[in-house]
Amino acid sequence: MQVEQFLEFSAARHAGKVALICGPQRLTYKDIDDRCNQLANALLSAGLKRWDRVAIYMENSPEAVLGVFGALKAGGVFLVVNPTTKMDKLSYILNNCRASVLITTGKKLDEIRSIWAETPYLQTVIVTGADVPSTIEEGGKQILSLEHVLATASAERPSKRCIDIDLAALIYTSGSTGKPKGVMVTHLNIVSAATSITTYLENTGEDVIINLLPLAFDYGLYQLLMAFKMGATLVLERGFTYTYVLIETLIREKVTGLPLVPTISSILLQMDLSKHQLPHLRYISNTAAALPTEHIRQLRKFFPQVKIYSMYGLTECKRVSYLPPDQIDIRPRSVGRGMPNEEVYIVDDGGKRLGPGETGELVVRGANVMKGYWELPEETAKMLRDGGFPWPEKVLHTGDLFTSDEEGYLYWVGRKDDIIKTRGEKVSPKEVEEVLYSLPQIADAAVIGMPDPILGSAIKAFVTLKPGSSITVQEVLRHCKERLEDFMVPKQVEICETMPKTGTGKISKRALALGGGGTE
Amino acid sequence: MQNLEAQLKQFVVENFLFGKQNGFNCDDSFLEKGIIDSTGMVELIFHLESSYQIKIEDTELVPENLDSVERLVAFVERKKASKEQGSYQSAS
Repeated sequence: MQVEQFLEFSAARHAGKVALICGPQRLTYKDIDDRCNQLANALLSAGLKRWDRVAIYMENSPEAVLGVFGALKAGGVFLVVNPTTKMDKLSYILNNCRASVLITTGKKLDEIRSIWAETPYLQTVIVTGADVPSTIEEGGKQILSLEHVLATASAERPSKRCIDIDLAALIYTSGSTGKPKGVMVTHLNIVSAATSITTYLENTGEDVIINLLPLAFDYGLYQLLMAFKMGATLVLERGFTYTYVLIETLIREKVTGLPLVPTISSILLQMDLSKHQLPHLRYISNTAAALPTEHIRQLRKFFPQVKIYSMYGLTECKRVSYLPPDQIDIRPRSVGRGMPNEEVYIVDDGGKRLGPGETGELVVRGANVMKGYWELPEETAKMLRDGGFPWPEKVLHTGDLFTSDEEGYLYWVGRKDDIIKTRGEKVSPKEVEEVLYSLPQIADAAVIGMPDPILGSAIKAFVTLKPGSSITVQEVLRHCKERLEDFMVPKQVEICETMPKTGTGKISKRALALGGGGTE
Repeated sequence: MQNLEAQLKQFVVENFLFGKQNGFNCDDSFLEKGIIDSTGMVELIFHLESSYQIKIEDTELVPENLDSVERLVAFVERKKASKEQGSYQSAS
């Protein structure tokens, strides 16, 4: 099975059913399937070949959904880029995977024009909501109006060009080297993960699932993929800013599935939820970081009939584990056990399997495990290692330290590296530090995660200045905001006189976490 | 003393735009322009409640009240007026 068939099979079964609700728009499965066929035919006419990369750079919207399934129907590989990504990084990603097509909005087009010259592989730009003619040549790129495509292209389904072990998507994550890396995901990876997850969540075509998270984040993307797989309805939100708007939407659309990250539950729980009746809500899921026990207790109090799924995963295999809802009151700190059709175990540094109560690295086996990082063989080899079976098989070393109880339930302990998990997203300190070092006033920079009740971890930056330089905290933050996605911008910046160093002269992040920077 | 609009604009510029005033207008939508996200909104609400001695109800957490400096001004003025009205009535 291939991922675009989630849409095609549901369109065949329930053509007239509402598949997608986005603001005032309500689109049926047939509407979306037809439009994706049109977009795929336009991509093929523009020269898209099997396995070519199609980047989607826009806010959550019906057009972003068309981009995902249109690219797949044409035999392409899609990647959704976070819409708050700045031009430097967008250009890096487009060149890194040699994307030949970019799908974006008229609002973003003006800024994107500044990177035409440095993105030689990019041939076609499809723009929605822009006052552009049907097609024009500009800066060596062909610019097509999506609205023109939807008014003119054939809605006939293109013939299949891929098999299920072909790449379907690249999902970029923050890399420990400071540069983002593309997680290579096949059709089979996605079909396997989506099948396992919808099985334990007991999803059906009757579900109405809301998505508040960016489609660039795999947890957000999978809400779309799983809803379409089941023939359910997806309520796609631009994001989550106004709490009461969310409550109104949950009530109005009779939402049954509410996927959360701890940051959202923390904000939601600041309301008196007992005033609001949500009789249709069937489940709440949480991933990205463990849901604090207090959140679980309060959610259980407000919504006793709702199943709460505490889960854990990483982009490299999508999902690792879930805690069956009947266990949440018994072991609220656990993120559960491996999901269906997947094996997980804990090993020591030598690869020996560990027993209950021992702490080691979590290893994952399954058809959901990625193919590797795009054109990064060394980074791939660190994560995908020989499993030691009588047959050749690579298993995923997650970099997450875990322990388990006697019954095999997993408990997260920490990271093996210094990756920070904030607002449910992974941030490499190196990526933020590189941006800080690009300020001429800064001598040393170090970024760490500090515990934060809303964000999970908050990004804190320590900097020292070059002699004779001066800069304000606000200027540092503005510099970061202009260059980093919103979730990567430090919450706090401390300008210090000196930086604590280790015996080998490296900045000691442990000392910073304990006591901050020094003064002379 | 600064008027309410100048105060609120300054708060938004300092906390969410890190001092960059250029091109920011009082009728700019926080949502459309990506100025304030959900965690920023928590900070904004806290600021409104503590600086202007108002209590914001859950049902008031909607863009109609909070999505631009202009809307914030109108909202805070409305809240303060209804509070004064309330205390006058309870005092009489």
